[in-house]
Amino acid sequence: MPLSGIEIYKLLPQTNCKDCGFPTCLAFSMKLAAKQVELSTCPHVSDESKAKLASAAEPPIRLVTLKSNGYEVKAGNETVLFRHEKTFYHKPGLFIRVRDNEPLEDIKSRVRAIDVYSVDYVGMTLTLEGIAVESATGDPAAFSAAVRAVREATRRPLILISFDPAVMAAGLQAIDGETALVHGATTANWEAMAGLAKQHQAVLSVQADSLDGLAELTAKLKEAGVQDLVLSPVTGSLSTSLNLSTQIRRLALKKNFRPLGYPIMTFPGDLKDPDQEMIMAAQSIAKYAGFVVLDHFLPETAYPLLVLRENVFTDPQKPIQVQPGLYEINNPTPASPVLVTTNFSITYFSVANEVESSGLPAWLVVTDAEGMSVLTAWAAGKFDAERIAKAVKEFGVADKVSQKRVVIPGHVATLSGELEEELPNWEVRVGPREAVDLPAFMKQAL
Amino acid sequence: MPVEIPKDTWAGQVRTITLGATAAEGGTRSHTVTIGGQKSLPFMHFEHEAPYPPLVALEIKDRRPDDWSALLLERWGDVVNAPGDWAKAAEAAGAELIVLALSLTDANGEPTRPEAAVAATKAVLASTGLPLIVWGPGQAEADNELLVPVAEATKGERIAIGLCEDKNYRTLVATAMANNHLVIARSPMDVNLAKQLNILISDMGLPLDRILMDPTTGALGYGIEYGYSVMERLRLAALQGDGMTQLPMIVTPGYEAWKTKESKVGAGMPDAWGSWEERAITWETITAMTLIESGADIVVLRHPESVRRVQTAIKDLNSVREMA
Ligand code: B12
Ligand code: SF4
Repeated sequence: MPLSGIEIYKLLPQTNCKDCGFPTCLAFSMKLAAKQVELSTCPHVSDESKAKLASAAEPPIRLVTLKSNGYEVKAGNETVLFRHEKTFYHKPGLFIRVRDNEPLEDIKSRVRAIDVYSVDYVGMTLTLEGIAVESATGDPAAFSAAVRAVREATRRPLILISFDPAVMAAGLQAIDGETALVHGATTANWEAMAGLAKQHQAVLSVQADSLDGLAELTAKLKEAGVQDLVLSPVTGSLSTSLNLSTQIRRLALKKNFRPLGYPIMTFPGDLKDPDQEMIMAAQSIAKYAGFVVLDHFLPETAYPLLVLRENVFTDPQKPIQVQPGLYEINNPTPASPVLVTTNFSITYFSVANEVESSGLPAWLVVTDAEGMSVLTAWAAGKFDAERIAKAVKEFGVADKVSQKRVVIPGHVATLSGELEEELPNWEVRVGPREAVDLPAFMKQAL
Repeated sequence: MPVEIPKDTWAGQVRTITLGATAAEGGTRSHTVTIGGQKSLPFMHFEHEAPYPPLVALEIKDRRPDDWSALLLERWGDVVNAPGDWAKAAEAAGAELIVLALSLTDANGEPTRPEAAVAATKAVLASTGLPLIVWGPGQAEADNELLVPVAEATKGERIAIGLCEDKNYRTLVATAMANNHLVIARSPMDVNLAKQLNILISDMGLPLDRILMDPTTGALGYGIEYGYSVMERLRLAALQGDGMTQLPMIVTPGYEAWKTKESKVGAGMPDAWGSWEERAITWETITAMTLIESGADIVVLRHPESVRRVQTAIKDLNSVREMA
């Protein structure tokens, strides 16, 4: 948390020697607080003060980055408790867990499916981030073989899970040169794990069943020179997970409590019930996790979780929009119909995807509705006859079509009269309310 | 290292509201249900134990719906043809409240008659002991025409009627006052509009402990983030002491989730969407749970399996454990 001018002043020599070019230390500290000068401009700051100032400049939740060949997953650097206060920045990485007691071929085929899984949501391609490999056998060789098998099937970042340093060493050896997430350090093994994390530039997850335990361990690890840490409170229930995650986030942001100023990792699979696992994963996405390790991978549950993550992490200040304009779908000809919609990206893609997958050609007029849905824009006066007419003229639709006919969304049927006035010589047709029904409507009525 | 857990202390508290009335209280319900009373953000047990957990309601219709997903119709089977049977099946599925949603038209496409709406309501009351909510078709005139006789015919039951919106609340509030019912105040995703409507309604003389607010929500993928944030802001305002936001919140994740393409359409979808039924249920469940964690006191659902999953999760969330 950045220090105020007064707090910085207390750390300066307070001699008013003017060597910095400012009349007083206070004046200098105000400039420093406003980030208008560099600390090095004052030649007299003590080393102790320098360290304090540097640590105050660090973000309250440390940013950690996992890296593999070609991929990166970041977590941390969040600044608010509620998304409406500003925005949430780093989407939690979703990882699927495999265990080294499964046959290697099974591991590979599962991992390949996870690796290539991608789903389209409003023009974005959403994917899972990586794989968590757990040692179930306790055997270093088996673990190493499983890690290698996973690495053959995906290049995505990995989380390695074992509390036995010898096993972990074997796993890390198999992916040397990457930045993996190691889970993890406990009171029993932290020194050895710290050594491994340093040796392999890994991010280290810290596990304890209380915040006291977590804070104690992170302090020790920091002292031992491991900076990139992740907190894994042991939970096993939705209520504890929500409470602990909230407490950690509050302590980091409101109290600037350094020992808990790290991203959180959760293990929804520990609930041992696939339905509740998805519910806990959703909770973790909205409530503060940086990494989420799932035990089950199914497209039908991955898709909603990925969508939730997009929703929660959009900037609440500005809706995701598409460029207003005339969009061509399926190579329209002059005889193809003209459809009108808004430039809110969910709205645009609902319509565009529907028409596109039907194979029917169409011209889609995307009006500038300031990124609002059909009804929201209509209620806010941003999607009215005047604006639609303006868009139709501006985009030169009349020059492209042989039949002057526009289709408006069923939800704004009331606009048709006014629109006919605004667009003389055009026929206005009211389409269905939902985009799903558009193809049938186009086939029948147009 | 002992960590001192910061606890938020709030000046405000959510109002406690009871739906339904037993015979002793002038109704016919087997029991009543109560929500609200929170003094902290959802499930922050280490600050205050919330007296009442969120409730799960199931939505049923007065006749076989025309526009529901085939998955829902298939799951409910024949009961959708008789509101009494449907209510009984909903109770068996674990519903803690029934929402009877009246249709705009009857099976022949004629406007629903008030007598039919009353009959459907009575059939529901006769077949289940659960407290009831009745929604009109969502058009001002039809709502008034159907809900007034329903309210009169069920005097004293403390059902909640709705939806009261800024352009149409007077008639519904007046009949709720006259017949000892509650109302649901719906506003379009805005803290100030929600407050304003609550003020208008209470200015008519309806006590605040007979108003539930519905801040409107969107489905996962279709605007849930707006609903989520408005509910968080409303709950924060309530805890900070703003009296006109201290009403329990009811939202409709079932209605929203089941109108999405993900839930409605089975065939021809991308492989990445996976199996239809599980996707649809997860859509509804995640929409509901996300809203519950942002402050919902009643979620209205449509699929029995979602009810089961959401109730399991609420039970977990409501369990008080030793915290750190
Ligand atoms: C999210 C939301 C918001 C968000 C804005 C999101 C955004 N970027 O647009 C916020 C919170 C900011 C908001 C604000 C308001 N909102 Co608003 N909002 C919603 C909500 C919940 C979802 C809208 C949505 O995203 N739908 C999803 C998109 C994809 O739907 P769509 O654009 O309609 O597209 C579908 C169809 O129309 C069709 N379609 C689209 N284009 C075309 C084209 C053709 C040719 C065809 C055939 C079909 C078609 O296909 C799509 C998929 O089926 C709805 C209620 C609800 N649950 O639906 C209220 C709602 C739209 N809002 C409403 C209102 C009144 C408002 C406000 C005026 C209230 C206020 N606070 O002052 C403001 C206006 C904004 C302003 N003044 O700045 C009302 C509108 C009432 C009405 N019937 O007129 C609604 C219906 C809520 C309600 N029941 O009262 N809102
Ligand atoms: S150079 Fe340093 S000590 Fe001197 S006035 Fe500036 S801030 Fe103060």
